[in-house]
Amino acid sequence: MRRRTFAAKDKIFLFLTVLSSILTVAIVVAMFIVLLIASLDAIKHFGVFHFIFHEEWNPPRHIFGGASSIYGTIMTTIIALLFAIPTSFGIAIFITQICPKSLKGIFSSAIELLATIPSIIYGMWGLFSLAPVMRNYIEPALQKVFFPIPGLRILFEGTPLGIDLLTAGLVLSIMIIPFIASIARDNFELTPKELSESAYAMGATKWEVIKDVIIPYSKVGLLSGIIIATGRALGETMAVAFVLGNDHSIHLSLLKSSTTIAVTLANEFTEADFNLYVSSLFYLGFILLFLSFFLLSIAKFLVKKGAKRDG
Amino acid sequence: MDRIKKRKIANKIALSLSVFAACLGLFWLVFIILSVLQKGFSAINWSLFLKDPAPPGFSGGGLRSAFVGQGIITVIASIVGIPIGIMGGTFLAEYGRNSKFSKLVSDIADIMISLPSIVVGTFVYSIMVRPMGHFSGYAGAVALAIIMIPTILRTTEEMLNLVPWELREAAFALGAPYYKVIKDVVYRSAAAGLFTGVLLGVARVATETAPLLFTSFNNPFFTINPNQPMPSLTVTIYQYAMGPYEEWHKLAWGASFVIVATVLFLSLIGRFLINRRFSKR
Repeated sequence: MRRRTFAAKDKIFLFLTVLSSILTVAIVVAMFIVLLIASLDAIKHFGVFHFIFHEEWNPPRHIFGGASSIYGTIMTTIIALLFAIPTSFGIAIFITQICPKSLKGIFSSAIELLATIPSIIYGMWGLFSLAPVMRNYIEPALQKVFFPIPGLRILFEGTPLGIDLLTAGLVLSIMIIPFIASIARDNFELTPKELSESAYAMGATKWEVIKDVIIPYSKVGLLSGIIIATGRALGETMAVAFVLGNDHSIHLSLLKSSTTIAVTLANEFTEADFNLYVSSLFYLGFILLFLSFFLLSIAKFLVKKGAKRDG
Repeated sequence: MDRIKKRKIANKIALSLSVFAACLGLFWLVFIILSVLQKGFSAINWSLFLKDPAPPGFSGGGLRSAFVGQGIITVIASIVGIPIGIMGGTFLAEYGRNSKFSKLVSDIADIMISLPSIVVGTFVYSIMVRPMGHFSGYAGAVALAIIMIPTILRTTEEMLNLVPWELREAAFALGAPYYKVIKDVVYRSAAAGLFTGVLLGVARVATETAPLLFTSFNNPFFTINPNQPMPSLTVTIYQYAMGPYEEWHKLAWGASFVIVATVLFLSLIGRFLINRRFSKR
């Protein structure tokens, strides 16, 4: 009798664990299906090509084009990566190659703390502390430097407000630095000592060892780290919502307000008062989900390939 | 200039740049923490925790309702998310170890960890808020639970994988059924790791804003009924910081200060637990 209750409990336990793991996958599948169904109206109305490349987002006239949100999403992400990649690699090099052993732990923790600060705080800090500095000092200085250079002038046109693509990209970059830096650090540390030591033995300088041995050896890991960070930057909402303004038009200048998919959703979702509007917002959400899932899958694939090679 | 000299100069420049990058990273951290300290500390007083928001334009008032709402939403999310995460992770590490299915679940969970949280919000909006016809604390909690599950699932899987197989065999030899082995032997020896995973999962969602914007929404009044729109600390910060009143900004900074202090404290505990775990082995 006791044995039978054991067997029954065993089965129930097994069932619950199976159910929980199936549920995890089911949530992702459901997310795709639900968002797709919710955006059907907009997909039928605007099509795929037209929605992605059409700029006008005009609720009163019932015209919705996602191009401005998609453009803002991609631009802020690119700016963030341009700032974050070199800085993160520098930090990783500093931690693994230069920093004295006793300070290593403290320094790594400090950089990782950047990742634990909530995005809403990044947003508030961006709006009240960083934006004034950008508006009053950095952006006017950039204009002074770049205006005489033909071709670059267009990137810095407009009155500096501090609430623009550049500031949003900068805030985003600070948020993704800890991700790229910690993955880069781990990968640098995985490089076999024999490789770098033999390079030193041949008279290479520290920088040459980093550039020619360590970075090539860890490139798969570095790439996947960058892709994961890209995914983060694409979907980040609150930090960007504060410092990007919410302007549905496409400007080349980095000193102009813009919007991203996530910011549009955050600002307009509860205001959308007719079906096509809501559906268009869902459509944007679906595009964001699709983009992020696609990118993160590539990163996952790369990590696996890298692990296979090392194993 | 000879080649060696050139190489040495390049070396110096590159290494200095990396030191500069490291300083830049620290600079941002200090800049953010100092801003929050400077602007938030003065807003910390008892009424921040004990009073409800004053009407716009009136001075005084606090964020009691937001603190309570945040607590309730996080607790419900934990009640839903923690068991699912732990049970799912248990399947991957125990019953399904090395099977194709558990590798798939593991990969998908890894991807889920980085999916934009706002998309989860829109998803929960359409499966809960729309059918129910109103925003609610429950919907917010479900959104947070969905974000929490993959983190807990993956850490559980990893922590259980670290438990030596011989321990289970010893328990099997005594005639214990598998569920008891897991419950009394495996969970117990992985307890610190599981706890860390849960802490990470809860900490990750406790400060989320985006998915709450259209699930629990907000509510200017004090409520402990999760079936109603519920205020949360983060959404309140968002509204107050974006609002036009100086009073509101002050409250928002005060709340930010509390959040940053809590987050720093929690991550210190987490780090302590991880360190202890690894120094034991």
